[in-house]
Amino acid sequence: MALTNEILKEKLTEKFGEALTNWEEPFGMLAVTAPAEMNLKVMQHLYDDDSTRFRFLTDLTAVHYPERKGEELCVVYHLHSLENNVRLRMKVYVPIEKPDVFTATQLFSGANWMERETYDNFGVNFVGHPNLTRILNVDEMDYFPMRKEYRMEDPTRIDKDDEMFGRGGTVA
Amino acid sequence: MTEQQNHIQLAEESLAKQSTTLNLGPTHPATHGVFQNIMEIDGEKVLSTVPTIGYIHRAFEKIAERRPYYQITPLTDRLNYCSAPINNMGWHMTIEKLLSIKIPKRVDYMRVIIMELARIADHLICNSVVAVDTGALTGFTYVFQWRELIYEIYEEVCGSRLTTNIGRVGGFERNFTKVAWEKIDKFMEGFPKVMREFEALLNRNRIFMERCIGAGPISAERALNYSMTGPNLRAAGVDYDVRVAQPYCSYEDFDFKIPVGTTGDVYDRYMVRNDEIWESYKIIQQALEKIAKLEQEDPAQKDIFYAPEADHFHLPAKEDVYTKMEALIYHFKMIMGEIEVLPGEVYHAVEGANGELGYYLISDGGRSPYRLHFRRPCFIYYQAYPEIVSGGLLSDAIITLSSLNVIAGELDA
Amino acid sequence: MGRPVQYNTNVKLAPIPEGYSGEGFMATSFDKAIGLARKNSLWPLPFATSCCGIEFMATMGANYDLARFGSERMGFTPRQCDMLLVAGTIAKKMAPVLRQVYLQMAEPRWVIAIGACASSGGIFDSYPVLQGIDQVIPVDVYVSGCPPRPEAILDGVIKLQDLVQNESLRRRNSPVYKALMDSYAIQ
Repeated sequence: MALTNEILKEKLTEKFGEALTNWEEPFGMLAVTAPAEMNLKVMQHLYDDDSTRFRFLTDLTAVHYPERKGEELCVVYHLHSLENNVRLRMKVYVPIEKPDVFTATQLFSGANWMERETYDNFGVNFVGHPNLTRILNVDEMDYFPMRKEYRMEDPTRIDKDDEMFGRGGTVA
Repeated sequence: MTEQQNHIQLAEESLAKQSTTLNLGPTHPATHGVFQNIMEIDGEKVLSTVPTIGYIHRAFEKIAERRPYYQITPLTDRLNYCSAPINNMGWHMTIEKLLSIKIPKRVDYMRVIIMELARIADHLICNSVVAVDTGALTGFTYVFQWRELIYEIYEEVCGSRLTTNIGRVGGFERNFTKVAWEKIDKFMEGFPKVMREFEALLNRNRIFMERCIGAGPISAERALNYSMTGPNLRAAGVDYDVRVAQPYCSYEDFDFKIPVGTTGDVYDRYMVRNDEIWESYKIIQQALEKIAKLEQEDPAQKDIFYAPEADHFHLPAKEDVYTKMEALIYHFKMIMGEIEVLPGEVYHAVEGANGELGYYLISDGGRSPYRLHFRRPCFIYYQAYPEIVSGGLLSDAIITLSSLNVIAGELDA
Repeated sequence: MGRPVQYNTNVKLAPIPEGYSGEGFMATSFDKAIGLARKNSLWPLPFATSCCGIEFMATMGANYDLARFGSERMGFTPRQCDMLLVAGTIAKKMAPVLRQVYLQMAEPRWVIAIGACASSGGIFDSYPVLQGIDQVIPVDVYVSGCPPRPEAILDGVIKLQDLVQNESLRRRNSPVYKALMDSYAIQ
């Protein structure tokens, strides 16, 4: 039987029950939120189960929601089952003081650099990653630039005249 | 005295080590782009390699949070700059998916023509560069002449050669002119002969084949585990193509094959790209026929070049902008980003020249996205490079690197 | 003695510099002769990082041939090249590499910044991008455009040729040049 979004949702709720929350289906792609400790369990189940076969990790990234206190960083996994042609978006929320998420590198080798990029930009600490260092930014950088509190421009730049760009004078 | 002893000790250490550390640095003629590989080699054999990237990190995702939607299109150009129209149209399709805008067929077919031309351009560069790295420089110079024709087509449609900023949300900024159609026809007429000459130079050339067969193979299971997509995955044997799996832009109306290799080595990748060029050529032919058929059935179709539902995204005609006040204000407002975009979350993938190029857009209703993430195929499959080349020869590592078609803009974004 | 040119007779020859000529000899000043020689054989070092690099490849191609200006040989080693063509965005991670390559070049050396990103950071006004390579190395010619058309790149090379022809032989030892190098902390 072809795997549709409803069947997938049933399978996941029968295995994990109440732990998976916030089921949505924006634009045809099923999206679910899982607790931080269970991300590997869910992915492993989807990988092993012969009826779902989610063996392709399309994308791994993070989003910073500063207003959600206690759950500021959201790590988003996009999984894809090539045989059934079904996609799934799994979100995992972690607090910003202790952003620990289990690494997916044992399951998907492709998650290696994707997690390094997420660490580099947001500071999410992937527990068990073989080499969690900065990948895109300079190694000496000491802050996580994609977080919402940081500006796009280089903070140490002195020659840019903000008033000419309509940004109001003495913004640093 | 101690200085000298330290030097002697260091020399002994490095002599004791069996392998040499070679820095295939960020500036190297063979790495077409800026990325670094620190290799440990033993004679000619590569023992291990550590890639370092980020030398052209431009923080696209951070910039995208500050720019209104139309100003992100030039940013997407610069991801895979060899096939910029595919990136632009993928981005516009993402916004159209978010706003559920339906696109007329003629616009879809026009988009397909431009995207397949971009795919041909990118594959031409990759294949000729593989040839250059094996020593055959003629193919490169010859093929670049034909890329100039593709550039002329782009110039006629949107004004720019390489980083095109082509199209608008809902279609194109203006209809294709007569000159553009003539140039496309001229390209279609002359291209098969050129391609056959390029193939005659390399495809069954014994030296090229012996050089490339068996160099840098990867198995299908490892390729899938590394989330590879595009010609590299298809060369390993998996026929996953986003145009067929999740058709967008009316690709389901077209009849084309997906070329697939077996071992995933350099020769397979070269042949897969070669066959994809021919498939793209066939798709453009079919698109031209379909557009002619649409215009025959309904002559009013000739003027359709954008979706009527996306009127508020469509910039007014340039003559009006220069003469009428309302058109000027409207134009200004649209470019400066006072466009209504509903809040929502969407992931849209297109088949870029290197694989599945995905756009993950989270909008909160404002003038710029809350979060935009590019799923860049080059970044994801370049992780597999150490595994592919370890144990092989250094020269095979070099041609593997160029056959993987790693574009630095897409790698670092 | 070679045979006369038979086919491509429409070749433009470089004009003879002014000087005093007589039977079998021609006397002119050193800087004119050396300027002429240098300007017509500038060997480029392509430092192509991104999109401008592809336009540079198109300039090198057959349609907008760069080789007719004397830049036939693209030496990829700094030791043998005269002009450094920086085409593309330079990130802060890449800036030390660029400076190292510039330091490895032998005098006389010139730098052309091709494209908006190399000249001033371009459209990328963000934290990892160097806002113009003149923050780390001295630049002679800026070619603007995003990417500049091949004709514009050729125009930049021609402007550099004018600079090279008119450059005094003592420029590299002059105090003005030394002050310029000091401002970049280059010895």
